Amino acid sequence: MTVAFLLNGTPVRIEGEAPTRTLLDWLREARGLTGTKEGCNEGDCGACTVMVTDAEGSKALNACILFLAQLHGKAVRTVEGVSGPEGQMHPVQAAMVAHHGSQCGFCTPGFVVSMAVAHLNGARDHDDQLAGNLCRCTGYAPIIRAAEAAASEAVPEWMHADQLSLPQISSGVRGQTAPGAFSPRDSDELAEWYVANPDAVLVAGATDVGLWVTKQLRELRPVAFLGGVDDLKGIEVQGGQLHVGACVTISALRDAVAERLPSFGELLRRYASVQVRNAATIGGNIANGSPIGDGPPALIALGATLHLRRGDEMRSLPLEDFFLEYRKQDRKPGEFVAGVSFPEFAPALRCYKISKRFDQDISAVCGCFNVTAEGGVVRAARIAFGGMAGVPKRASLAEAALVGQEWTEATVDGAAEAMAGDFAPLSDMRASAGYRMLTAQNLLRRYFHDLNGVPVSVLEVSP
Amino acid sequence: MSMGKPLPHDAAPLHVTGQARYIDDLSFPANALHLAFGLSSVAHGEIIGIDLSAVKAAPGVVAVLSAADFPDMPDCSPSAADEPLLAVGKVHYVGQPVFLVIADSHLAARKAARLGKVSYRELPALLTVDDALAANSRFEQGPVVWAKGDASRAIAAAPRVVEGSFEVGGQEHFYLEGQVAAALPQEGGDMVVHSSTQHPTEVQHKVAHALHLPMSSVRVEVRRMGGGFGGKESQGNALAIACAVAARLTGRPCRMRYDRDDDMVITGKRHDLRILYRAGVDDQGRILGLEFTHLFRCGWSQDLSLPVADRAMLHADNCYHLQHVRIESHRLKTNTCSATAYRGFGGPQGMVGIERVLDHVAFVVGREPLEVRKANFYRGMASPGGASPPGPPEDISGQKMSKGAKDGEVDLSSRGAAVPVGSHEVPTDGRVQTTPYHMPVEDFIGHELVAELERTSDYRARKAEIAEWNSRSPVLKRGIALTPVKFGISFTLTWLNQAGALVHVYQDGSIALNHGGTEMGQGLFQKVAQVTASVFGVDTSVVKITATDTGKVPNTSATAASSGSDLNGMAAKAAAETIRGRLAEFIAEKHQVEPAAVRFVDGTVRVAGEVYDWARVVAWAYQARVSLSSTGYYATPKIIWDRVKGVGRPFYYFAYGAAVTEVVIDRLTGENRILRADLLHDTGTSLNPALDIGQVEGAYVQGAGWLTTEELVWDAKGRLSTHAPSTYKIPACSDRPRDFRVALWGKANREDSVGKSKAVGEPPFMLGISALYALSDAVAACGDGTVYPALDAPATAERVLMAVRRVEGHV
Repeated sequence: MTVAFLLNGTPVRIEGEAPTRTLLDWLREARGLTGTKEGCNEGDCGACTVMVTDAEGSKALNACILFLAQLHGKAVRTVEGVSGPEGQMHPVQAAMVAHHGSQCGFCTPGFVVSMAVAHLNGARDHDDQLAGNLCRCTGYAPIIRAAEAAASEAVPEWMHADQLSLPQISSGVRGQTAPGAFSPRDSDELAEWYVANPDAVLVAGATDVGLWVTKQLRELRPVAFLGGVDDLKGIEVQGGQLHVGACVTISALRDAVAERLPSFGELLRRYASVQVRNAATIGGNIANGSPIGDGPPALIALGATLHLRRGDEMRSLPLEDFFLEYRKQDRKPGEFVAGVSFPEFAPALRCYKISKRFDQDISAVCGCFNVTAEGGVVRAARIAFGGMAGVPKRASLAEAALVGQEWTEATVDGAAEAMAGDFAPLSDMRASAGYRMLTAQNLLRRYFHDLNGVPVSVLEVSP
Repeated sequence: MSMGKPLPHDAAPLHVTGQARYIDDLSFPANALHLAFGLSSVAHGEIIGIDLSAVKAAPGVVAVLSAADFPDMPDCSPSAADEPLLAVGKVHYVGQPVFLVIADSHLAARKAARLGKVSYRELPALLTVDDALAANSRFEQGPVVWAKGDASRAIAAAPRVVEGSFEVGGQEHFYLEGQVAAALPQEGGDMVVHSSTQHPTEVQHKVAHALHLPMSSVRVEVRRMGGGFGGKESQGNALAIACAVAARLTGRPCRMRYDRDDDMVITGKRHDLRILYRAGVDDQGRILGLEFTHLFRCGWSQDLSLPVADRAMLHADNCYHLQHVRIESHRLKTNTCSATAYRGFGGPQGMVGIERVLDHVAFVVGREPLEVRKANFYRGMASPGGASPPGPPEDISGQKMSKGAKDGEVDLSSRGAAVPVGSHEVPTDGRVQTTPYHMPVEDFIGHELVAELERTSDYRARKAEIAEWNSRSPVLKRGIALTPVKFGISFTLTWLNQAGALVHVYQDGSIALNHGGTEMGQGLFQKVAQVTASVFGVDTSVVKITATDTGKVPNTSATAASSGSDLNGMAAKAAAETIRGRLAEFIAEKHQVEPAAVRFVDGTVRVAGEVYDWARVVAWAYQARVSLSSTGYYATPKIIWDRVKGVGRPFYYFAYGAAVTEVVIDRLTGENRILRADLLHDTGTSLNPALDIGQVEGAYVQGAGWLTTEELVWDAKGRLSTHAPSTYKIPACSDRPRDFRVALWGKANREDSVGKSKAVGEPPFMLGISALYALSDAVAACGDGTVYPALDAPATAERVLMAVRRVEGHV
């Protein structure tokens, strides 16, 4: 396998490494760059955050679940490279010292990199930018003070270098030619190869598959890395529908829906963390088939259509029909998710995520509601939940109890009662079955209040 | 003077640039080996077969060890010799190490460790408090009972009785740097160990024991930890011992770090418990008699559970005078990981119990909770300008002064000795009130501190505004609570209250500082450097802080119990003063003045009108053959404690604080969030206000996390389901109070602590308790005032919703 990329401004070319060796292990063990820390090895703590620059820009990613093969043609900057070439402190580093933003210091390099990327990109929503970095010492307040203080400082020259050097990085080198590892350059190459290798693992963002390697210690073989499949990264608007390619990241999707479907955008703001959203793709989120992924409930409530491809064959189906049972989807060997389409606007859509922690948590219950009424009578209702069954699932009985009825609290109560027949949720470490059911029913009541303008979100209350 | 300056953490520039080195960052020889444990998959069972052939055959494996390889299994316990390094015959919890893989890489060791085939004959597992009670499975013979007065009679005679029970969850430390150690074999069989530990001497002792070496043959070094919080007081022993054993066996350096999931499964956490209470109260909510029962789930081995449970009993009063009280503490042995030290060391568990009682009593008598709290406070110090204490005002100063005391100092040692040990008599002079363990509370500042916070936080007006807001908000409800903290400072095992330091002044004037405390982020090194620099009148930058090293300062106590700067600061001060005394004597003699006339300020030495550069004086002294190196030693005065009887003065002093937390909840889902927190915390005369504020802010968020989002869940087989940050949720950035106001109560410690400061590591953790009772207040707002919310902890959205359902009358 050959991978060429820029590391802290210096070209590196790696031969002979396993394609699924993580960037974190390689940095620490092969390069002696020990500033990047391992805190959890599963993308949840951010201690390993690095900056990765490609044609789309510079973003923060978790090095612990980032495979070397995903880096071909990109530029990586670690905490060591956030300091200037002469050892000058970056403004965020200086601010972290001045505002007492480090205590034990172990999470600090990850914070510094996240802050430097946000600083470079001009992002000022510090709480969201740092939601993927855990600190156990400071209580975050001094870190936020540092981020605010640094925001007005100029971006140091060296932080622009990666973007400028990008074109020269991989010239003439085709990445990943190792046996069993493939890096398609477009969806045609992928389709052809996948039909021939239907048992292969497709790696898009590796935010879930990464854990197969770092936690389950699995070997992935054969494996395809989809980072170069640019034709699946498009977002188009056509006929009132958004057509989103499977390799569109959650970050890019969030940008696309933020104005059009603000409640979906808010749900995606709470989808994992910046680092994960920058890697994870909507195709991966759907194809994974998890009953607790946050993308599918919203998309099902929107009435999304899924597009699948096998070889040269394309087919489309309602998204909810893709999920057959727990971890089993309507997907043939060699067939892959190519994209998803859904209405560009849905004023009545509301997405509610219930989890132990607001940011960077997995839903206990994710309820998405899209009910339209005319003249006070419900004409259509699409209600979909994650976390309530083995698959993302519609609340058909509740929907039926609404349609044709007057949009009143009594109707909503009746539909909530009916919902008890829709689901038989499980108890697990996130919530009990009883809580899930009660909350799912109450989210319908919340939806009614919400549409009536009653404040329902604790996140919108100011002290 | 360096002391008292808000200097940044000494390693901050290294932290932010990635240059600060933790153990896994050190350069080791290329032949170093890596270790991993194979873990028990059952909670309780006899091992009937171990097949390690696949492990041995795995790529990169050098050796595999299990019980059969040890004629004499090394022990890892800090207390009771009940923690074999590897399971012998039986396993006692899911995650117990059964075999040890030695391989040429971390990944190879982890992969191989999954290949072991261990078969068990499963035995009934005791997983819960109820399981253990039913089986009478416990540490010590029976419950520990401490009492003062006659609680039972007082409750029987009281106008009203308030009783209940509630569950308080444990807490994973989630230090960002997981457990890690390395051992490097030396000549003659000696061993050098790097360990991420709060207790290097314990590691030295345990490694020496395992290798059958004298302690002098083992040297343990700790530069820094990536967080500790009590989780590295004893839980690092196993890795250090494993590395040392493997290093001796192979003759090669050995390294070990736990993967995060393994770390969370193997290591102990804060003790969870059930608290039962029965209080007799009057119509004003004054507690006339109180009984507590603590049911601690201690796990499979004793570890530090006895002193943790003791400290819970010692904090069952918090700021409240309990004349008739009985505390019964059960230390239950279960087939779960061995619960261990965690910031506060039982104190938070004791305190959350009494705050629950106050919250419940206030609800029952229908009074404002803060007023009920105040009505139960200890009598205040008669300090000028302070709020007047309840009860008849009395002049206690004359009583408290002993003949030799000066400057308002109080001689408590005679008073401590005067406590009739073994008697349950309450001192009857009515002037100084005593704790349930008969210690006079003579430094109580709760009245003034709470009054100040009540004012600065605008508590009353906000409370009214919230009630009005709630009346207009059908779905969302806000709540507010003020809770105080009184936390005892000293190790309850009295002999641990000692420390040593070593200070060198080099001939160029630079200073090297070493002491027995360890740095885990709390800023101890910087504080002690500030103390040392102040003695010499030099800038802190002149003082080189060196790694904790058992070869430099021996017989250290764990950096725990908030004691780090109190003990090590005093020891370093003593060492520095010895050297300064020699320098003063030398320079005074040259100028024919008294040594006391020599002053060390601003990097200079001033004597007889002359001003000399510090380095110049040092060079002269060196040439005049003056010793420029000294040890220093400190032992905390005044403390005396009989833990069997529960009588004495276990604490040198108390640290105080109070917090107001405001929350909002959603009555439909139980979702909840902290909106604002106002903290006022007593650090005495702060050694470094910036570091102290950092401790207070961080501790509050960690304490609030314990009681809100941080939920540990075990399944029916005793397996921890929440073994990674994906499922165990410590507070994230946006969980901190959006409006976060933190202030220090800067009045000097009345005791002669270092710089008149107070310990700060643990006490502010308990400020987070205000979040739980603010949630209780918000839940109560969902009802009609007839049903108490009875909120368990952690108050996850689920528990909040269940409490809402209770007060709404659904349950």
